[in-house]
Amino acid sequence: MTHGIPNRQVICETLMELAATDRDIMVLASDSRGSAAMAPFARAYPDRFVETGIAEQNIVGIAAGLAHSGKKPFVTSPACFLSMRSIEQIKVDVAYSNTNVKLIGISGGISYGALGMSHHSLQDIAVMRAIPNLSVILPADRHETKRMTKALVNHTGGVYVRIGRNPVADVYESESDGDFVIGEAVTLRDGGDLTIIAAGETVRVALDAAELLRRRGISCRVLNMHTIKPLDEEAVLRAARETGAVITVEEHSIHGGLGAAVAEVVVQHFPVPMRIVGIPDEPAVAGKTAEVFRHYGITAENLAGMAERLIRSGNGA
Amino acid sequence: MDITDLKLKAVQIRMDVLKMIHRAKAGHTGGSLSNADILTALYYRVMKVDPRRPDWDERDRFILSKGHSVESLWCILADRGFFPREELATFSQFGTRLIGHPNNKVPGVEMNTGALGHGLSIAVGMALAAKRDGKAYRVFCLMGDGEQAEGSVWEAAMAGAHYRLDNLVGIIDRNGLQISGSTEDVMSLEPLAGKWQTFGWHVVEVDGHDIEALVRTFEAAPETPGKPTLVIAHTVKGRGVSFAENEAGWHHRVPNDEELDQALEELRAQAERLKREKEAAAT
Repeated sequence: MTHGIPNRQVICETLMELAATDRDIMVLASDSRGSAAMAPFARAYPDRFVETGIAEQNIVGIAAGLAHSGKKPFVTSPACFLSMRSIEQIKVDVAYSNTNVKLIGISGGISYGALGMSHHSLQDIAVMRAIPNLSVILPADRHETKRMTKALVNHTGGVYVRIGRNPVADVYESESDGDFVIGEAVTLRDGGDLTIIAAGETVRVALDAAELLRRRGISCRVLNMHTIKPLDEEAVLRAARETGAVITVEEHSIHGGLGAAVAEVVVQHFPVPMRIVGIPDEPAVAGKTAEVFRHYGITAENLAGMAERLIRSGNGA
Repeated sequence: MDITDLKLKAVQIRMDVLKMIHRAKAGHTGGSLSNADILTALYYRVMKVDPRRPDWDERDRFILSKGHSVESLWCILADRGFFPREELATFSQFGTRLIGHPNNKVPGVEMNTGALGHGLSIAVGMALAAKRDGKAYRVFCLMGDGEQAEGSVWEAAMAGAHYRLDNLVGIIDRNGLQISGSTEDVMSLEPLAGKWQTFGWHVVEVDGHDIEALVRTFEAAPETPGKPTLVIAHTVKGRGVSFAENEAGWHHRVPNDEELDQALEELRAQAERLKREKEAAAT
């Protein structure tokens, strides 16, 4: 990984590109234009940029009012604050009132590793997923982020997007390497012995685990579940039916996130052995993303070992 | 509509509200009586709205941030023809769209509200969109006084002044009461006008039951170009019904049969008096 381009920068560049022909695109920031990498947009389109100051409730309410007036507002604010401080505005002003607001949670998960639990967003998926009429998306890399941003501009309705702070290793070779359809999982690698389902920054880890398993003679399917809501239930059920075991891996609490969403489908419709890998129910340890991932077993090596045990025992014990 | 007709309309709306709440056995009686004159001034005189085109691009926007006093809004929207009057009978009933808070599935309602402290931010967004697009519509947002304790109100207040939204009119239904009692006992608001002035708004205090003064105030805004307007409308919770006036208990109490009869009798007497005044003025 040497490209050095974080997903937030990709969103800004893509929106600037699209804003040249789409006058309705607006960007809002809560003293976060720097951390959201949105300063270039603010400079290029000052009349389509809104600064609200450090006021996360207000930023979502204002975005809802702009959307109601025909604008396509993108709220860019740290995921930890946007997903918690503004949650009632998201529930009522965006989801319930059905306004076309895109909520971009930046520096999500444990991006702010050393800053402590106040700055981690490890419950955001659980909270957003429980709100009707709101989609939840975690793009895997810069190329998918570009495709997603284009799709969001053409999608009417409330969406919560979570991206990390730092550049992430590529999953795709280029922007044109694959499609992006909201609600459709991407099979990155086919396999018959088990499936690893990942989203966001853990997709690369899942692919690396599948490669380790291949060398050990195990055929592992990898699903990029970029849209956690609405969940691609068909893809989950196919994985359960065709591969017989499922591991989910996410940068989120093990409660209520991707693993829970997948388990809700598996356990009710086609029960197979399953493991949920994520951050345990505790304030996450401080550290850089790779260090924290290693601490909690979000590594290719750990996933591969877990996969082997799951297949061998049939119940993962 | 002239001022006396507006006054008569407000009396009729109060009667409709009481009948609707009595029939449904649910509703926020006190607040819907205190805001009836404000809403009458807005919907029958001040605001540009068209019941045949509820989504008309140039319409003035209204946000009922104190969403719980929706009963008077339902009665007014029905009376103005946004939906059939008969539908008022479904208020609060199973499966209805006329629920106990504004519901944007109903023509004429812009946004769903009910959680306090949301409306002014939404109104700021709408007013900002008008400014950026060079459109002439205005945005009105009615808040409760108890609602002023919500911190998000003041986030929106800062933004309204910062973006110089003189196409925005905030209104506070200052009836002085919230569920637990006097606003000043629960969490003191005064000096309320001073707070809003300090936040950069042009503040006007007005008798919230003086329809003539309300119309004059709304039509005069903005009196300071570049500043949003905040109207503190001094009202009486339960206004128009003697036994409900200034009683915190009537926040969401439902009138029984005798109370309804007495209330309607009082309101009919008010209407008769207004009609006599009108006839006297005409001769």
